[in-house]
Amino acid sequence: MAEPVAPTDRSGPRALGRLGVRLGGAVFVLWAVASVTFFAVRLIPGDPAQAVLGGPGSQASPEALAAVTAEYGFDQPVFTQYLVQLGRLATGDLGRSYALNMEVGPLVLAQLGGTLLLAVLALGLAWMIALALATWSTRGGRVAARVGSSLEIVAAAMPHFWLATSLIVVFSIWLGALPPISTGGVAGLVLPVLTLAIPLAGFLGQIMRESLMIALESPFVLSARARGEGERGVRWIHALRHASLPAISLSGWAFGSLISGAVVVETIFARPGLGRTLLNAVTLRDVPVVIGVVMIVAVAYILMTLLTDAVSRLVDPRLRLS
Amino acid sequence: MSATAALTVHNLRVGFGATESVVNGVSFEIAPGECLAIVGESGSGKSVTARSLLGLAGGNARVQADRLDLGGRSVLGLTDRAWQSRRGKDVGLVLQDALVSLDPLRPIGREIADSLRLHTTLGAAARARRVVELLDAVGLPDPAQQVHKLSGQLSGGERQRALIAAAIALGPPLLIADEPTTALDVTVQAQILALLEQIKLSGTALLLISHDLAVVSRIADRVAVMHNGRFIESGQTEQVLGSPQHEQTRRMVAAVPADKPRGSRLSPLDSPATQTVPRSPAPAPNATEQGEIVLEAIGLTRSFRRPDGSRQLAVDDVSFALHRGSTLGIVGESGSGKTTTARLMLALLKPEQGEVALFGRPWSSIAEKDRRGQRPGIGAIYQDALGSFDPRRSVAEILADALGPALTNSRGSRRSPQSLARLTTLLDEVELAGTVLPRRPLELSGGQRQRVGIARALAGRPEILICDEPVSSLDVSVQAQVLDLLDDVQRERGLSLIFISHDLGVVQHISDEVAVMRSGRIVESGPAARVFAAPQHPYSVQLLSAVPRLLG
Repeated sequence: MAEPVAPTDRSGPRALGRLGVRLGGAVFVLWAVASVTFFAVRLIPGDPAQAVLGGPGSQASPEALAAVTAEYGFDQPVFTQYLVQLGRLATGDLGRSYALNMEVGPLVLAQLGGTLLLAVLALGLAWMIALALATWSTRGGRVAARVGSSLEIVAAAMPHFWLATSLIVVFSIWLGALPPISTGGVAGLVLPVLTLAIPLAGFLGQIMRESLMIALESPFVLSARARGEGERGVRWIHALRHASLPAISLSGWAFGSLISGAVVVETIFARPGLGRTLLNAVTLRDVPVVIGVVMIVAVAYILMTLLTDAVSRLVDPRLRLS
Repeated sequence: MSATAALTVHNLRVGFGATESVVNGVSFEIAPGECLAIVGESGSGKSVTARSLLGLAGGNARVQADRLDLGGRSVLGLTDRAWQSRRGKDVGLVLQDALVSLDPLRPIGREIADSLRLHTTLGAAARARRVVELLDAVGLPDPAQQVHKLSGQLSGGERQRALIAAAIALGPPLLIADEPTTALDVTVQAQILALLEQIKLSGTALLLISHDLAVVSRIADRVAVMHNGRFIESGQTEQVLGSPQHEQTRRMVAAVPADKPRGSRLSPLDSPATQTVPRSPAPAPNATEQGEIVLEAIGLTRSFRRPDGSRQLAVDDVSFALHRGSTLGIVGESGSGKTTTARLMLALLKPEQGEVALFGRPWSSIAEKDRRGQRPGIGAIYQDALGSFDPRRSVAEILADALGPALTNSRGSRRSPQSLARLTTLLDEVELAGTVLPRRPLELSGGQRQRVGIARALAGRPEILICDEPVSSLDVSVQAQVLDLLDDVQRERGLSLIFISHDLGVVQHISDEVAVMRSGRIVESGPAARVFAAPQHPYSVQLLSAVPRLLG
């Protein structure tokens, strides 16, 4: 669909300026995420020193608690702790996990791959379902349009936990076709990816069908038909390109929502990944891990947004002009 | 003739769904090198007729005909695939605005090359060469550079040329042009008409669809007037436009405002509000007896930032004066600064230099809170009446709002007897029936919407009306009614009007004084009669000579 379109990209300095603005924005987002997370974690009740010593059940001695409090600086004013934390993050040091007693960086990175794979597959599958649904429902007359839009609404409204459980009941328990727990193989990926992809497909499909209908009614499509362009050409050369633009812009946001959806899905399917790591860390009040996961997700989200911007510019040459 | 006709249509009928037909049996032929124009107002069925000839009337259309031959071969009952091989090759289509009629995401060169890709075996390089030749043939300057541009990067005229190039890429024997110049400025319109005429002279049969009789009279050999899905009159252009036989044709010809003296009526007196009281023609305005100055622009300058950061002067040292009870027409092409001037006069924009004076007192330089009390004294009417209304409010609510908070009682209801009485008076004045009150803007016709717009502008009892292209999106006969209405209202209320338009015919008809704008400056101004009869500035001369006139 994308064509090598010529309108020249503007000169170097402007592109550099745009990059500078982007980087500044990214740093701001990371700072904001780190700050909000830092203060939000404090709202979890309980003594952080207790968490370091193995949680409320560990019955640590007052001496041990005092020693940990001093060592981790929990007795410092909150703002001092905040600055120390920021300073460490700025150097790329995510700190050590309280509960697991290992570096947060490698711990989180080890979990990143599984979650990214899940999110990327789900995004890709959602796009394919949405495209197929939009194409079919704009082609098959009024009934198809009604059915298509109903399917999209139902799909978009499904909560992940309910969908996951239903899929397990149908495919694992009744049909016995797929494992209810992620085993590491391809088969284990199917249900988690479907769980994440279906609601997103409903949402993307609604947007795509709407913009596809507008594109198919537009005068340039009439011009193309008048040149002798067939239905397939009209759709692939003209209409789908227009229809994909809003969905591309929303894919950055969708990626973020997929990662938050991964918390539920990884827990239900007992899949290792960032989501489960985050949930465990919150339960154990393991502040460095929580912040580490959130920071990594924020970085991934920023990169994804940059990527969707680049794809938008590729598909819509008008964006390259101004 | 039928043996050689490029197009033969016998008893064409088109209907949609279960409703009655939109086209009720039209028949015509076009010979090679001949131009037939189908004229009619919106909803007359002219565009549906044109699209049926391409098999593009729509998925739910029922197209029937006794005969429908393109280039001597019948196209009745063609399959989709067979149609695809005929479209573009046997018939080309040019639509109204190339900004939306060429895919805005693709370079124009690719759009034109598509015709070649679909119907020839030329390779990519040969297609690219042919595209440049075609763009050259339609008079696009520097075609080798332009092929890479998007339609949004070209001017209106360049774009329209590119669209025509795409339609004639395979040299189809028939070219259908559906309102091909409607969105264009007059000077560009004249160029595009010349190009279409040149294509016609090269032997292509041309079917021109238009609502504009003047445009049609310029290049059509024959004219067919369409009304309610039928041809009510057809024949040689001079004959149909010169001595129209049918009532509807006469009405359309009479509605063309160009060269009709100021104050003369353009529409027949048949609306209920005016039927019983035939009016005498307006007294000819006396140029020597000018009223006091009510609104004055003194050296106004205003610029805007371009996308690349530089500044562009939109209005450059503009001065004029509006006298009580008179109409000042401002004409100019798109981008000449007309609308910016209107917004400066309404104090919706602040001038960077200069001053607007209202009744001799400062207007643009005072604080908005001091202005607010005086705002009802200066009303505004816009081109896009629909866009200027909140689509969720009824006409009654829109007008009640404009009549002011006095009409809203303590419970917020707008239905008190006095308010209804005032609403009814207002509706009478713009010749609308009370039945429109509960309707929403989308449920009104274009003419009704503009009447509501005028009523809203009149609600505050203004002394001045600023009209920015108020009739540009209306059919000629509706335009005629609205112009007559403005004229009546002006006389009854003693209003002073600033009337902004790109349409010289309209401005000539309605104005006492005229200012011609170009690139933000007023290049010429003076009494309308003098400027139109003997323009001094070269640009005014050029503009006037480009105006299509009936049988001009």
